Amino acid sequence: MGYDLKLRVWRGDENGGGLVDFTVPVEEGEVVLDAIHRLQATQAHDLAVRWNCKAGKCGSCSAEINGRPRLMCMTRLSLFDPAEPVTVTPLRTFPVIRDLVTDVSFNYEKAKTVPPFTPPEGLALGEYRMAQVDVERSQEFRKCIECFLCQNVCHVIRDHEENKQHFAGPRFFIRYAELDMHPLDTLDRKRQLRDEHGLGLCNITKCCTEVCPEGIKITDNAIIPMKERVVDTRYDPLTRFIRRFRSPEQPRRPAPERQGQTAADS
Amino acid sequence: MSEIERHSYDVVVVGAGGAGLRAAIAAHDAGARTAIVCKSLLGKAHTVMAEGGIAAAMGNVWPEDNWQVHFRDTMRGGKMLNNWRMAQLHAQEAPERVWELESWGALFDRTPDGKISQRDFGGHRYARLAHVGDRTGLEMIRTLQQRAVALGIDVFMECTITRLLKDGDRIAGAFGYWRESGRFIVFEAPSVVLATGGIGKSFKVTSNSWEYTGDGHAMAMLAGAPLINMEFVQFHPTGMLWPPSVRGILVTESVRGDGGVLRNAEGRRFMFDYISDYFKAETADTEEEADRWYDDHINNRRPPELLPRDEVARAINAEVKAGRGTPHGGVYLDIASRRSPEFIKKRLPSMYHQFKELADVDITKEPMEIAPTCHYVMGGVEVDADSAMSKVPGLFAAGEVAGGMHGANRLGGNSLSDLLVFGKRAGEYAAAHAAGLAVRPRIDEADVAQAEAEALAPFARDGGENPYSLHRDLQETMHNLVGIIRVAEEMERALERIAEYRERLEKVSVEGNRQYNPGWHLALDLRNMLIVSESIARAALERKESRGGHTRDDYPSTDPEWGKRNVCCRWDGDHVTVYQQPLPEMPDELKKLFEEH
Ligand SMILES: Cc1cc2nc3c(=O)[nH]c(=O)nc-3n(C[C@H](O)[C@H](O)[C@H](O)COP(=O)(O)OP(=O)(O)OC[C@H]3O[C@@H](n4cnc5c(N)ncnc54)[C@H](O)[C@@H]3O)c2cc1C
Ligand code: SF4
Ligand code: SF4
Ligand code: FES
Repeated sequence: MGYDLKLRVWRGDENGGGLVDFTVPVEEGEVVLDAIHRLQATQAHDLAVRWNCKAGKCGSCSAEINGRPRLMCMTRLSLFDPAEPVTVTPLRTFPVIRDLVTDVSFNYEKAKTVPPFTPPEGLALGEYRMAQVDVERSQEFRKCIECFLCQNVCHVIRDHEENKQHFAGPRFFIRYAELDMHPLDTLDRKRQLRDEHGLGLCNITKCCTEVCPEGIKITDNAIIPMKERVVDTRYDPLTRFIRRFRSPEQPRRPAPERQGQTAADS
Repeated sequence: MSEIERHSYDVVVVGAGGAGLRAAIAAHDAGARTAIVCKSLLGKAHTVMAEGGIAAAMGNVWPEDNWQVHFRDTMRGGKMLNNWRMAQLHAQEAPERVWELESWGALFDRTPDGKISQRDFGGHRYARLAHVGDRTGLEMIRTLQQRAVALGIDVFMECTITRLLKDGDRIAGAFGYWRESGRFIVFEAPSVVLATGGIGKSFKVTSNSWEYTGDGHAMAMLAGAPLINMEFVQFHPTGMLWPPSVRGILVTESVRGDGGVLRNAEGRRFMFDYISDYFKAETADTEEEADRWYDDHINNRRPPELLPRDEVARAINAEVKAGRGTPHGGVYLDIASRRSPEFIKKRLPSMYHQFKELADVDITKEPMEIAPTCHYVMGGVEVDADSAMSKVPGLFAAGEVAGGMHGANRLGGNSLSDLLVFGKRAGEYAAAHAAGLAVRPRIDEADVAQAEAEALAPFARDGGENPYSLHRDLQETMHNLVGIIRVAEEMERALERIAEYRERLEKVSVEGNRQYNPGWHLALDLRNMLIVSESIARAALERKESRGGHTRDDYPSTDPEWGKRNVCCRWDGDHVTVYQQPLPEMPDELKKLFEEH
């Protein structure tokens, strides 16, 4: 049943701020975003927060809850001990605008620099043919809701502002993987992925996979295969040449789960 | 007056959902200098939430399908009140618009022969919805977003437009503010495309997000462009019901398209009791026939669970009223007893996830508890079918903010295709309009000053009511008095209250400063919600019959005379005025399509 939640919310802006304590009545079944909304409607009318769908589909409501990056709309209050306060702070990797809202433009800038899907020339509309098994690999990555939790948690940029320039982050590693595994894409982006977007800086800590609300196996299914392929391109131009001419109808590679050396993501 | 940021474009698109992005791409391709402005971050518009699919008669699963059948389904679903020309263009052009997405990188689910797979949905004769599991909207918005970014179109994110600006009777631009800083911004543009989506936030139980405050609807009215069909609001039959915090969140129609059925508390598949004469000939009347239909559409008729949404929502309402509802006042949606857990998880992954995470319900084991939720507005800006231009030269509208296409009720899947078809048209015609002008319209500085004063007014007041409580009262009023079932006396009461709310809005004050201040933003959105709510209530009072998404207890039957007329709304300075106008008449060769079946 309902109870009085102790909520600590970071309030402030680029010039600084701190945790503020509130008591908010909450009901059975509610999520953190419900508590934040009630706080906003009854006590802190100007509390800044982003949200849209309230159903884990848009990736707007990312924050750190008790230090862990999460979607506020998908975090049930029943996860927490009612006697303990719940602390909500903005994503740490991105500059604060106000309260729980951060400046995530880093991600939108990186998005502009990934070369888009490039279909074969002369393929008319309506004539694309792809097998379900072949599209499924890329479909996994296209589930991404751009919540940027993986970006937030990745230590390469979380603690190192200076890396931001040369590192696109896990969200864009899966974008590269998606395009690379697209059965009809014709562009090779591996050199760019390595040289401009810093795939090599990733040391496979898997923190990104752990926080992804869509359950995308970022490291096992995207980063590791892409690392292997980037190495391939470097030393073995022939494999690349052969791959280009294989029919798109056939599955191209072994499923990533079977790619030996890494354990499954938890 | 302080220095205001200014930009000049040929085409400014307000909105970055499917319609806005598609319009911007088309305008850009036509050579116009184009900008997109949106309230949220790019990629977060409502379109991202769409689940089931995009309706397009590609004939990949059922070769019998073609645009004529799609056109006929759309018109019948809309209770023949659709603008026939829009419905025709929509049915004809949707397949190419879907294939275009594929050429920009979209990855739809496939048929065994490698084509785009299509799924069944209510009111569609054949399996027609291109989809990706139950996250089709995400695929669509991401594809369009990535295309727009690749083309280098300028995007102004988290920037809200509050007023359209005019030069005489023509559009000259738009005025708005940055959410982040609260600073003002002016766009000079001879063409503005409204693609702002819907109005659901005026209702208490809704599947819509905070953005759905009807801004485009209201700004068009204020700029002199009338709305049509505002009495038609779609209540989706299946919204989540329990726990209270998830009330209204959508449960996709694909659950029924993929085999789910509705049962009352007694376990009865009650939809068989609610097949209206209008759909009798094409609906199964036994469970056996209905169940055979999933595999054989030719020799069996469709299950009644897949009747158009208005029919299903009314049936659920009636069951609950008759005391056969669930403990929380809804009915059961059951797919667990009908399909294997593997099938359910594969076809409906986000529904599985949504119920598991938010309601502790495993939909592969138990039925879902559901009730209708305010979902979509059929009404919107009155536009020319071919060009998407409103009655104000230079002002275009596409997507949910435009009216006419869906008549009295929209079929599932027909919105996403509508966004693509009319988004493209609006963008092209907006570019052509801009290119065809000999002189660019000029913004009147007095209008800018007025828009600025209007936006700042809530800060100037002290100690007034807060916007949240006013919003809650409005939602309560619309839900209780202008909801699924309507009567004159209640709607009159709603109109009295809306007039009071308008007075209260004059006194609303906000705290804090202009930087990312949701209280202030809501205070400004309330103007729009009140105009839209008044339009809905007045139009609903005017239409003295029941049809599609408009059901009156005091006029329960459908009246053929009303089938020849649209109700329109216009802003008269301080209130909404309604008037009627004849429906455009369908040419004979299209009329024939309705005789053959
Ligand atoms: C949960 C859910 C599921 C659905 N599933 C389906 C489905 O399966 N199939 C289907 O066909 N339809 C579906 N629909 C309906 C469909 O998704 C919407 O009708 C459609 O996405 C609306 O698109 P749009 O481009 O008109 O507007 P939106 O995508 O809503 O975009 C509106 C844009 O306008 C911007 N905006 C609004 N006001 C302003 C302002 N004042 N200033 C600046 N910008 C502004 C917003 O920021 C946003 O970018 C669903 C709807 C919901 C809610
Ligand atoms: S696995 Fe790589 S990308 Fe992911 S969090 Fe670790 S370092 Fe970053
Ligand atoms: S990959 Fe996962 S965590 Fe990263 S942005 Fe996408 S959905 Fe969020
Ligand atoms: S509000 Fe959309 S993911 Fe939380």
